[in-house]
Amino acid sequence: MNYGPLVFLAAFFALATSWCGFVLTSQLQIGRLQQTNTTSGATVTYPVARPGLARQGLEVYRANGCAYCHSQQVGQSGTVIEISLTDAGTNQAATITALLNLAQATNNEATVWTALPALELRASSSAATNLLSGLPKSFLRGSDPTAAKAAVKALNATSAKAQLLIVPIGPDLARGWGKRRTVAEDFLFDSPVMPGSQRVGPDLADVGTRLPNVQSHLVHLYAPRLVAEGSAMPSYRFLFEKRAIEHGPSPEALVLSGKDAPPPGYEVVPRLAAKALAAYLVSLHAEAPLFNAPMTVASAATSTPTNSPTSSGIAATNAAPATAPAK
Amino acid sequence: MSSPSQPSTADTGAATRCPVASADIDASCRLPLVIFFLSAAAWLLCASAFGLIASIKFHAPGFLADSAWLTYGRVRPASVNCMLYGFCIQSGLGVALWMLARLGRTTLAAPWLVIVGALCWNLGVAAGLFGILTGGSTGFENLEMPGYAASLVFLGYLMIVVWGVLTFHQRRERQLYVSQWFLFAALFWFPWIYSTANLLLLRLQARGMAQAVIAWWYSDNLLVVWFGLVGLAAIFYVVPKLTIRDLHSRYLALLTFWMLVLFGSWGGIPASAPVPAWMPAWSVVATMLGVVTVISVFLNMRRTLGGKCLLFMRDPSLKFIGFGLVSFVIGGFTSAIMAWPALNQVTQFTWFIIAKGLLNSYGFFAMVIFGAIYSIAPQVVGHPFPFPKLVRAHFWTAAAGILLFVLPLAIGGILQGLKLQHADIPFADITKGTLPFLRASTMGDLLMAFGHVLLLANVGGLVFQFYRARAVTAWREATAEIQMTEVRL
Repeated sequence: MNYGPLVFLAAFFALATSWCGFVLTSQLQIGRLQQTNTTSGATVTYPVARPGLARQGLEVYRANGCAYCHSQQVGQSGTVIEISLTDAGTNQAATITALLNLAQATNNEATVWTALPALELRASSSAATNLLSGLPKSFLRGSDPTAAKAAVKALNATSAKAQLLIVPIGPDLARGWGKRRTVAEDFLFDSPVMPGSQRVGPDLADVGTRLPNVQSHLVHLYAPRLVAEGSAMPSYRFLFEKRAIEHGPSPEALVLSGKDAPPPGYEVVPRLAAKALAAYLVSLHAEAPLFNAPMTVASAATSTPTNSPTSSGIAATNAAPATAPAK
Repeated sequence: MSSPSQPSTADTGAATRCPVASADIDASCRLPLVIFFLSAAAWLLCASAFGLIASIKFHAPGFLADSAWLTYGRVRPASVNCMLYGFCIQSGLGVALWMLARLGRTTLAAPWLVIVGALCWNLGVAAGLFGILTGGSTGFENLEMPGYAASLVFLGYLMIVVWGVLTFHQRRERQLYVSQWFLFAALFWFPWIYSTANLLLLRLQARGMAQAVIAWWYSDNLLVVWFGLVGLAAIFYVVPKLTIRDLHSRYLALLTFWMLVLFGSWGGIPASAPVPAWMPAWSVVATMLGVVTVISVFLNMRRTLGGKCLLFMRDPSLKFIGFGLVSFVIGGFTSAIMAWPALNQVTQFTWFIIAKGLLNSYGFFAMVIFGAIYSIAPQVVGHPFPFPKLVRAHFWTAAAGILLFVLPLAIGGILQGLKLQHADIPFADITKGTLPFLRASTMGDLLMAFGHVLLLANVGGLVFQFYRARAVTAWREATAEIQMTEVRL
């Protein structure tokens, strides 16, 4: 290559192919995504644009570089099938026998079914009655769809109502960071998109489901180590205002304790930026069942997966118990 | 076909126009290069300062926490941007222009406009830094500078590069040396990726995950391809020249060039990214093919030196470049191995990514550029460095600093990744487990910062010496007694 134009053409060709591949095609393929229907049964479109305050919160999230420590991408290693009972039926003894028969098969052919903790209880005498309380409950886990269908059939024959659940699994999901893997649709209405590349702090893809309480987010932002001991998160005190109480305490004042509490006669209230950031965090959900991230929601009626915080109260009912944010 | 295989001996043969003497070329580059190198060294110190603040926050989360300007999420991108745009690209451009002029045996075209471009670039980086610290960051990694600063930076780059291309065009030596391919490709690579990223992310705002894909594509093209092109150009130029040997194979270098531009530009999409599966899959393949680039560079250099790798220890500049070469090889192999999805699953989202990034941008690129600066600056200014011992000291602090930064973070990152695979280990414990490694890496940060002080002292001292000598001469001339000579008509 002794000619400048030749070098230019070579480099131009190379960059043009990668440009067409990743820039142009991602525009065509991802940039044109539209809202889709969730697969939960009810016709719910997903995603729904975030409410105004949460959108402002996205700007606070961007300006303060939260994405340098928090990813918003939950991964999953695969899906399994779970057999769950929604209704014990009238002939409970037959149901229990059928369940135990299936579990017995577990012992013979270990690859088909794994008994979940709910079924492990059967050893103790009083367990038989407890076994069918607190439905819906998952009893068996496996990966063979034909065996699953046969099992559901066998259970339904005993007047119980069995359900076949598709459950995504993986270490991230086991931590309670989400219900399914993150997909491109989750970010459809966000700009800028900040999926993050580091997990200095926990993943936030589904934090709105995990921690739906705005007030606890505010306290955590103001005094991280008050909520999660030993947390490495910096405090964001500049998003709050410490002021003298004048005409009675503000309803928005944070409930603080220890050395983070303001001196008597003072209160700590969130500025707009803090409220917006908390609203954004609460609006983060990645739990809607989608065609390209299949999962079964335990019972479609109780869960209306959307991106808006209004639904978070209902959605949280079948979420993992809310623990400290460090989990 | 007579192809120059060694940069300094290419003065015979097909030269159609009379080549310019090296001293004249250096004189034409002097002021632009002085500006590039001095401001680059100053930005580097800036990057270290912000990097240290960010690092200390892991020792004491309350450190400077009440100030919005200095919160971790702003200080870290500030440090990265000072490093990338303030030091890496700027000093890389300086080295590139000088090599283009020297290899083309021609003076730098329009040095004054290059200076205007350099000032514009520096103004842009300063505006970008201000933007990031005041909360105007764009939110895209490695592209945080807000739109107004990006326009300035882009304009500055264009001004510099147009005259670089013109220098290339008006070369007196028609035969192209290997380095010239790499440099010429790099010159227009950056404006394309930078304008694409800024237009689609900030002005037109692509929808959804397409934004993240474009940001990843940009980062990869900057950190792998642009850095690779300029860094390898410097290696291919400086190593044969300082060891007075011929480059082993021009064709092997051609392979390096093609592999780098063809496959380097396809990497960057993380294996776990929530995008259509073909994108990360193709990225994995391209990253693994990067091994060919690394091996071809390694073989070429090994044969150039005839197996005598100790030649690298002979000259302080060569030490830097040798270190850069080793980092390039290790970094390339690590990237290729860690691209494998099962391994990527472990290292994703951990400090390992940061360690690998630093090995590329600092261990490879910055070290090569340090070597090039230490070899070029005295030639351009026509003075030796005022503190030659500090050059050696800089090498050892930088080498130790990189090791102290990369090794703990790589090990800590792998442990962090392994623990993240087990959901029964509480997340808070995992974060706590990385703290000792982070603290060790702060020592690396400190050492590197100390090295940057040495660099600035040397480059600043050199420039000061030169201009003081000039000023003294000028002052003497101005104040000298006028020699009264009788003029007879």
